[in-house]
Amino acid sequence: MSPAGHTATDSPSPNSDAMLRISGVTKVYTKRTLFDRVGRRGGVRIVALDDVSLSVPRGGAVGLVGESGSGKTTLARTIVRLVEPDSGAVVFDGVDLLSLKGAALAAARRRVQLIYQDPYSSLNPALTVGGAIAEPALVHGLVEARSARGRVHELMSQVGLSEKLEDRRPRDLSGGQRQRVAIARALAAEPELLIADEAVSALDVSIQAQVLALLARLTSELHLTLLFVSHQLATVEHICEWVAVMYRGRIVEEGPTREVFRTPRHAYTLALLNAHPGRGSQPAGRRGAPAAVDTQPGGTQGCPFADRCDFRVGECTETMPPVMLLGEGRATRCVVLPKLSAREVQARLVWDGGDVLRG
Amino acid sequence: MSAVRVSPFLTLSDLSVAFPTATGRVLAANCISLEIYPGQALGLVGESGSGKSVTLRALCGLVPAPGQVVGGTLAVDGRNVAWGREQRALRGRTISMVFQDATASLTPVRSVGAQLREVLRETTGLSRAAARTEAIALLDRVGISSARKRLAAYPHELSGGMRQRVMLALAIATRPRLLLADEPTTSLDVTTQERILALIKDLQAETGMAMIFVTHDVAVVEDICDDVMVLYAGYVVERGKVSDVTKQPRHPYTRGLVSAVPRLYTPGPLAAIPGQPPDMAALPPGCPFAPRCQWARPECLAVNMRREAATQDCACPFARTGAVPEAPLAVEAMTE
Repeated sequence: MSPAGHTATDSPSPNSDAMLRISGVTKVYTKRTLFDRVGRRGGVRIVALDDVSLSVPRGGAVGLVGESGSGKTTLARTIVRLVEPDSGAVVFDGVDLLSLKGAALAAARRRVQLIYQDPYSSLNPALTVGGAIAEPALVHGLVEARSARGRVHELMSQVGLSEKLEDRRPRDLSGGQRQRVAIARALAAEPELLIADEAVSALDVSIQAQVLALLARLTSELHLTLLFVSHQLATVEHICEWVAVMYRGRIVEEGPTREVFRTPRHAYTLALLNAHPGRGSQPAGRRGAPAAVDTQPGGTQGCPFADRCDFRVGECTETMPPVMLLGEGRATRCVVLPKLSAREVQARLVWDGGDVLRG
Repeated sequence: MSAVRVSPFLTLSDLSVAFPTATGRVLAANCISLEIYPGQALGLVGESGSGKSVTLRALCGLVPAPGQVVGGTLAVDGRNVAWGREQRALRGRTISMVFQDATASLTPVRSVGAQLREVLRETTGLSRAAARTEAIALLDRVGISSARKRLAAYPHELSGGMRQRVMLALAIATRPRLLLADEPTTSLDVTTQERILALIKDLQAETGMAMIFVTHDVAVVEDICDDVMVLYAGYVVERGKVSDVTKQPRHPYTRGLVSAVPRLYTPGPLAAIPGQPPDMAALPPGCPFAPRCQWARPECLAVNMRREAATQDCACPFARTGAVPEAPLAVEAMTE
């Protein structure tokens, strides 16, 4: 695995040559109870994605982090149109995916493949390993039926699966092997963009490292672009040179992973980093962030994080902070942290190896 | 750290737990011994099937059938406790447990208050009114705001973090001397996890109770435990103070585990452990980690694992004698 996460200086800017450009994507779910229907009321609006814009550079690896319910998975599913957004554009390699239909959509979908979180439910239990891997290649007409077997063997060796497993079914496989099958299946479609939605979270620790190494190797060998959705910051730091932080349906901060994690410019990013395990024992009273208050996403007027934020000032609760560009590809929706010096921000990062941060 | 090393109040010696399978008996826990001191926080680390959860469950008499304790002794305050009814009587006052899945562990059909009152009245014989007051105090203690109002709430009305707090309130309601925690934060968001862990630490400091914390996450153990035991294939392969084991792991498996976990601000490649977790029904002779160990040698097949694991802090005789080099693990593409 190449330690790709630490070459921010020579990595391409996400705006220079974007493989994927998401702009202004909004998705609102309406929860209507029976009483709402009878009373002809609109029900509760839940804003899953609120004006989300994100670029993924060609050949780059972008991490999408945030807590559960932040909208990470909805965004990933929007790109492949498993979720239809209410507004916005998803431009992949110059083509707006949202406007496509029929054969054009099918062709575009081949080029964007999604790897799901749970390899126990994402594979068809009735198909053999070989059948599951061959399917996308056959559906998209990438191989002839008679040469499919050779292609399956090639893919299996690419993801480190023994050919002996070809006739097995998912139930015979371990979690790590299943996820390799899922990856081989995604590769079978010969994609250009790979979206991994918590692709290692369900695996044992020693297997996570194997699958991460595999993903990093494949993206570099096959020149794939990677959108890596995860709640594990350290994992994202290891394989993504760019990161976007989501909170309640909005991207609140983005930029080169190294810079964002070492000098966060949004209070939420700082809170996430401070909550990360492995900092050594902490004195009481220096905690990451107060617990989330049970409010519906999108229900607040100002910054959605204001109710949990240690840095809150008056304007935070009045209006939604606009996107502020900070240079070097960095952007934030926080009005307080950008005003602090790098040293002041780093002093708020609770970390045992504090010197590492400034190195 | 906070542990005052007087004498252990709980001693588990040579615990073995067996599960019958179609291909024979599988030992999910094999000759596991541990001592618990008042106020101590002990971490049990391992992957699925390592025996960490089953050890915890054996301690409170909850080994799932058809598994059963087939060997070992348990002593509390120097007095032997027979497995079975006598041991189950320890639940509540002496030992209580917090489970991974709070949703599945709370009764969905009764309010949080009713569940708390039940535990309080069963174990402490409080009156209805006193149990209610105590329940409010407990919810307040575990950081649930407007506790009085929340008494009437049902588990489904609470968030995951809240439910885990209710579980903690239930567990500490009996003022146990030992809290068993089985991955209580694994399914929670990092910010919630951090707060629950901080709460557990605070409760421990306040009550002086000991804790055994089971997790697959070495980083979590570093944050909240004093001592750690690393389990693999039912054996304790390494044990010691947390700082020693995580900073200078000796057993090849521990080394692999520690370097396989991505850490913030620690650039450089991850070292994956090749191969699969062991098939417990078909363990190789000798050291069960040998098939995945890059320093494996023919002698590994002849290692008396029961003796090594039961008597040594590091169950690898070659690592103990320095025959396993200190060099970092190599990263290789692996085939399965």
